[in-house]
Amino acid sequence: MSAAVSARQNGCDNVLLLERDRILGGILNQCIHDGFGLHRFGEALTGPEYAQRYIDEYEKMKGEVMLGTIVLNMDAERNLFVSSRNGFTKIEARAVILAMGCRERTAGAISLPGTRPSGIYTAGAAQNFINLQNIMVGKRVVIMGSGDIGLIMARRMTLEGARVEGVFELLPYSSGLPRNIQQCLNDYDIPLHLATSVIQIHGKERLTGVTVARMDGNFKPIQGSEWFVPCDTLLLSVGLIPENELSRNASIAIEPRTSGASVDDTLMTSIPGVFSCGNVLHVHDLADWVSEESALAGQFAVQYLNGEISPPQKSIPILAGAGVRYVLPQSISGQRDVTLSLRVASPSRNRVVKVNDGERLVANKKMLRLHPAEMIHIKVKAEKISEAGRLEVSVA
Amino acid sequence: MTNFYDVIVIGAGVVGNAIARELSRFDIKAAVLEQELDVGGGTSSRNSGVVHSGIHYKPGTLRAKLDVQGNAMMGALCSDLKVKIQYIGKLTVAQEEADIKTLHSLKEQGEANGVPGLSILNREQMERLQPGIGGLMALHSPSTGIICPYGLTIALAENAYVNGISYHLGQQVAAINRTAEGFDISTRQGERFRSRVLINSAGLYSDAICRMLGIDEYRIYPCRGEYLILDKRLSGSLSLLVYPAPHKGGAGLGIHLTNTVDGNILIGPSNEYVGEADDYASTAEIMNLLKKEGHELLPGISAADFIRNFSGLRAKQAPPSEGGFRDFVIESRKDIPGFINLVGIESPGLTSAPAIGLMVRNLVEELLPLPLKDSFIAEREGRAGFFFELSPEEKADLVAQNPDYGEVVCRCEQITRKEVLDAIQNPLGIRTINGLKYRSRAMMGRCQGGFCLPRIVAILEKEFGYRPEDYLLQHASSKLFAGRVR
Repeated sequence: MSAAVSARQNGCDNVLLLERDRILGGILNQCIHDGFGLHRFGEALTGPEYAQRYIDEYEKMKGEVMLGTIVLNMDAERNLFVSSRNGFTKIEARAVILAMGCRERTAGAISLPGTRPSGIYTAGAAQNFINLQNIMVGKRVVIMGSGDIGLIMARRMTLEGARVEGVFELLPYSSGLPRNIQQCLNDYDIPLHLATSVIQIHGKERLTGVTVARMDGNFKPIQGSEWFVPCDTLLLSVGLIPENELSRNASIAIEPRTSGASVDDTLMTSIPGVFSCGNVLHVHDLADWVSEESALAGQFAVQYLNGEISPPQKSIPILAGAGVRYVLPQSISGQRDVTLSLRVASPSRNRVVKVNDGERLVANKKMLRLHPAEMIHIKVKAEKISEAGRLEVSVA
Repeated sequence: MTNFYDVIVIGAGVVGNAIARELSRFDIKAAVLEQELDVGGGTSSRNSGVVHSGIHYKPGTLRAKLDVQGNAMMGALCSDLKVKIQYIGKLTVAQEEADIKTLHSLKEQGEANGVPGLSILNREQMERLQPGIGGLMALHSPSTGIICPYGLTIALAENAYVNGISYHLGQQVAAINRTAEGFDISTRQGERFRSRVLINSAGLYSDAICRMLGIDEYRIYPCRGEYLILDKRLSGSLSLLVYPAPHKGGAGLGIHLTNTVDGNILIGPSNEYVGEADDYASTAEIMNLLKKEGHELLPGISAADFIRNFSGLRAKQAPPSEGGFRDFVIESRKDIPGFINLVGIESPGLTSAPAIGLMVRNLVEELLPLPLKDSFIAEREGRAGFFFELSPEEKADLVAQNPDYGEVVCRCEQITRKEVLDAIQNPLGIRTINGLKYRSRAMMGRCQGGFCLPRIVAILEKEFGYRPEDYLLQHASSKLFAGRVR
């Protein structure tokens, strides 16, 4: 929605928003907790309230929407094959902005040993059942992984009368935001077990419990550290994966580090006129940053249509250096200022995030606390970038 | 209350249903008893889905005869029942010099069994069939195929049901008494059934059924095979099946890649005897091993490509100390007239199923008159394929005819609302979410139902009146939900 609104605001009157659900807003609709919009609107909104801001804005512009419409396929000529109750049709577009979001990793994807009883859900699916369908998934809960949705669901299950036995995180640090650790776990006395993971599922019909164990430095269970936790429900919060099957089928280049499209400083993918933004580009920590990035994608898409963006004369690669897990975009033109988005590889304190062009420092940001769960933004000015540049971002 | 039948089949696996479907041609009263809430919940839905050519079995054995016969019957059967099957062929590859002799003896053995079209291929010919393949030489068996194993099982059952066979699901046989007319069967659920002829097709539990009738000579040793399912992204990697040449003493056919008719690739199966006939647990050791094999066999594979693990159990008669295979037991018991006994139907049970159906029908005919009925319908309604497999023109046509085709419920597999509704409203009905999954293919993709299960639950609630406590995953106590939130 943010990209569509922005495209309209930037002067394009022929914008179509395609949504497979019957309402706009995507996953925000089931995120009934607050904390959305602090950066964008300066107030704490719930997910549906945050989505409604954009719905209202787009409606005010009389923006065009097709609901209940799924894009089944896209080709490199930007033809979209879409399906809805109204028909299966082809839509031709001069520019396409991909904003399909991400999906959750599943029990199958992490090859959880043991049986396959009922009672195992991804945290987001459980959130849908509880918040949108008034269905309680279980009463005694173990949460595997400390991603933000898992933390939110630990609180949510507790508030609805379930007993949450604990959150078990494979890594020695939390995958979720520090503020969620405080507000969702500490405030409710829910234990967080770091460097500890579920190693066995029990139960042939409904889940009866899980075996958990402490992990060594190679993420292998430490012999003798196992214990059994009785539970009827296991919620998984073990990572999000940008949903790029549509992009892959269109032969858009995908960056292995982010599982999102490889983009330049206009958020354009390897196919001219196709842009990518939000969680389908890389998994964000806050919805506010998703909206901000998507507004940029809307603006760049319109500039592309106006012929103001041409394939760059040169492409300056941006590399993730020491202490950086990934940095986006993967390359820039050097023609415009750019805000880099990055995540660090591990938690640390009192460091400087540096952007170097060879030996030359072109940008830096001092940070008191760095955490992989928190995305870092750093601005780089065009005039600081040399002709034959090659930027590297590192933590020092 | 007692239900009286001419014939009762115990076990709704692929073999039991193939027998039931054969019997449904005749004017008799027959039923299938199944302990699970759906058909095909055991070995029939947990295997490689390969239609074997018959090169591996000793000439003169039932396995050799029924496999080759079943293989030849399968194409027409699948066409009638709208089941996906592809005769893609198989290469059995010699990795070392010693294996070449094995290939030649397999070829001879296959020819003795009546396997059509066998040939030994050199490197160049192998490369043409499967670019990048390793190995020295290969035996090509063009009649090897792949099939949707649970699809076949479900289709046989549906067709048998439509033709008048009764299905009693969720009925676990607890005791069998012999009576003057035949058999008196009571179930753990408290029901009683009587029949003149009783057919034991209980697979992993066939020895337990034998013991209820005082037959002590058989014992089943469950042997687990674990698999990993790969993302469809890799579906183009294999054009036909590739197996290593077998080595002596192996109880399975070795870990290998198998393409499925739906475009996923399977890695497996492992081979491990387990204590219980329902021990379907996957293990970290085997999964790590399968992943290692996967990386070696498919260099382009990534960690995210493993989307699901599962395991199946072989109903083996050969104890661990013996290993290898024993032949199928299919007998009409002289000491217990009216009792037809099937024991140890492990691989190639799926391929043999149509031929076993025919063989058992002939055994029944020795016990009962089997008058043909005119009303038998050989064909099953519906389409073999899925919406996502159609051309854009065909898709547009279908959506225009029925808007439920336009609404995609399962985004990963692109399964439509129409297909979900069809699966729910199949002739046999569904009692479990897995039953819906196996029929519709929804929830089988890379998100494993994370997206579509909430949508499917909404459909079942709105259209079919389900309450939260009504949803079962697979078994009677496998409730999905605890109730309403408030």
